[in-house]
Amino acid sequence: MPNRPDAGAPPSPGIPPDDQTAGAPLDTPPDGMAARLLELGEQLRAEGVAVGTSELLDAFRVLEEIDWRRQEDFREALAATLAKSQDDRRIFELVFDRFFFRAVELAAAQEGIRENGSEAGEHGDALGEENRLSLDELTPEELDALRAQIAQALQEGSEGAMRDLARLAIAAFGRQENGSGVIGVDVQRIRRSLGLRSDPQPELPEGDPRREGLPRDALRRFEALLRRELERAQIERTGSLPAARPLGDLDRALPSGPLQDLAAVHRVVAQLRRRLATQGKQTRGHRKHAHVDVRRTMRASLQTGGVPVELKYRPRRPRRPEIYVLCDVSTSVTSASVFFLSVLHALHDSFRKMRSFVFIERISEVTDVFEHERDFKAMSEKIASDAGVADISGYTDYGRVWSELLELVEDDLHPRATVIVLGDARTNGRDPRADLFAQVAARAGRTFWLNPEPKLYWNYGDSVIAAYERHCTAFECWTTAQLEDFVKALARPELTLRTT
Amino acid sequence: MATEAPPSPTSAADVADGLRAVGYLPEEATALVAYLAAKLGKPVLVEGPAGVGKTELAKALARYLGRELVRLQCYEGLDEAKALYEWNYRKQLLRIQAEAGDKGWSDVQEDIFGEEFLLARPLMSAIASEQPVVLLIDEIDKTDQEFEAMLLEVLSDFQISIPELGRVQSKTHPVVLLTSNNSRELTEALKRRCLYLWLDYPALEHELEIVRMHTPELPETVARKLVEVIGMVRDLDLKKPPSIAESIDWARALLLLGVKDIDAQTFKETLSVIVKHRTDMDVVSERVGLKLAAVDAKPA
Repeated sequence: MPNRPDAGAPPSPGIPPDDQTAGAPLDTPPDGMAARLLELGEQLRAEGVAVGTSELLDAFRVLEEIDWRRQEDFREALAATLAKSQDDRRIFELVFDRFFFRAVELAAAQEGIRENGSEAGEHGDALGEENRLSLDELTPEELDALRAQIAQALQEGSEGAMRDLARLAIAAFGRQENGSGVIGVDVQRIRRSLGLRSDPQPELPEGDPRREGLPRDALRRFEALLRRELERAQIERTGSLPAARPLGDLDRALPSGPLQDLAAVHRVVAQLRRRLATQGKQTRGHRKHAHVDVRRTMRASLQTGGVPVELKYRPRRPRRPEIYVLCDVSTSVTSASVFFLSVLHALHDSFRKMRSFVFIERISEVTDVFEHERDFKAMSEKIASDAGVADISGYTDYGRVWSELLELVEDDLHPRATVIVLGDARTNGRDPRADLFAQVAARAGRTFWLNPEPKLYWNYGDSVIAAYERHCTAFECWTTAQLEDFVKALARPELTLRTT
Repeated sequence: MATEAPPSPTSAADVADGLRAVGYLPEEATALVAYLAAKLGKPVLVEGPAGVGKTELAKALARYLGRELVRLQCYEGLDEAKALYEWNYRKQLLRIQAEAGDKGWSDVQEDIFGEEFLLARPLMSAIASEQPVVLLIDEIDKTDQEFEAMLLEVLSDFQISIPELGRVQSKTHPVVLLTSNNSRELTEALKRRCLYLWLDYPALEHELEIVRMHTPELPETVARKLVEVIGMVRDLDLKKPPSIAESIDWARALLLLGVKDIDAQTFKETLSVIVKHRTDMDVVSERVGLKLAAVDAKPA
């Protein structure tokens, strides 16, 4: 291989085996495409994508039909056979990039191809090669020009320009004190020193693309490029591949950090909403094992000479789900409550009979807010300013919340109602008053608890989820998959009857 | 369009050109997967939001390949009798009553379970067809899991087992498309038998091309602005974001009105073409309307 192919290019049979892949080191795998593909399949499986033998066989057959040297075709064809849902597709993209990036880098490191030698002419614009070598001499004006140029590229969202500029940005800002050694930290530091933010920055002059805030997608892509370039540089310095970073649950977890943006939350919730919309209908519509309608069956049997060939069923009574949602908005669940509020939002679109409450020390009904405010940001501001749920300390007081809830809705709760509590069940040492909660649960038909903490932390410290779990079904809910489990339980009444 | 010799594509580019010729602008991935489906004889599971052209893709493929389109629209409660085949029991009863007197039981039994008494439903007719067809199983996510399980035999072996008659094997290989709005997780078994294609709202340039193709008389500038506005509207959090079909409707409406530019006024008047929920309308007219008004004010 005289020239280093771009990362993500299909492997050529010439690439030596990659023996440092995460987990099991493979004993001298045979060369060639088949072995590579199996490895890729193996890695996809490790990340939880259901790749069966039949999928791999399909992938092989597909590669015979297309020109696999074209990167896009190669990727799409593999994706069509290996990743069978949107979620899988997302993981596929990540694994695919990581896999071939590593394969290419390893080959490069082993053959001793270095950046400066082989790729000198790649970015031949004014801020080209010599700047990399004499970074310290960049004047503040030149740095400003670079900042503006990068912001421009992000605004336009052109992939090629962004890639080139990512390299320049690293050259200009990245190697100060030779970086922190942690790539994630370096990426954020570079982003900050470039002044790239997604929210508007009104202090900047007119015409600067950063003034209106940069598109989030472009910003994320740019960060990914920075990360990749930094990794490449690191591999080059050390001459070896670092251990593959498995996609942790973090990559798949619900986007919940206050720093993360709402767009991602909304993507998750949009999916949930579609699902709720149809499943809500399913419970409302008629089900298969209904009662036989004798009258209509007899009437239909006249057509067949009195033999009841065709059975007519009585349509099932529509079930009107009536939902009460209580959402903790205290500081201990700040990160999760952003997400929970969007879930509330989505639920409001799908169920007509629904009442929502938020609570910290006291409880407050926010049904009206949700019904009249479509914009998420305005909505959360309204809740923050009007709800008046924090009293003195700002710590959750579950006992008080239950007693106030009982006062508010005691007469309205009935066996057809569903109560959903979103909270971490951390009482801050106060009395959990599980007896009051039991009263609520006894009046309602079904009671669910969604806890944003991993099960591992339940009942540690001041968490008293065990006391409440006796009276309801508790779910841990901090990844999309867990949320979907819950939605299934919510939409299928017969399933929950078995568990409670 | 149905030529004497139906085309047999040799590359994804062929399929892309062919689909273009029959009025469907595919993205690269779409053409590739369609090509693979035709080549490998595997069903394709097409997912995506409503109105991005999933069903249209099947129709276009049928036009391009010069095949008949057999469509099975799924709904809750769809069962074998409506999808596969059904015995025409009325005719059977008549037959029994007419002949029972002078024939033995076994004769009659043999007689009434013949092809004559079989009512073929979409899946059956797709399998039994002499000519290769394009089979569209629309909105598979609306059916029950039991129905999905029943489809497995059809999709992997292209055959249907009828207990009284034996197996009906397909004579030709149909191209099968299944569409889903992703309202429910489909079973692994079904997914394993399919290629997967996710169709999303098209990128700006691509949608512009689609709009231009359907309304070539609309001025370029108006079309571009229309697509940009649609993009803005889709970014909002709506109950029902406008689909491609709605962009095209809107383009036609604007053409009829003879609009030269989309300003705040025209937008407000024609809003109902693209947004179909009252709450959505409020959001859209507030956000996008304001933006347009701001743009209008600037050059003035």
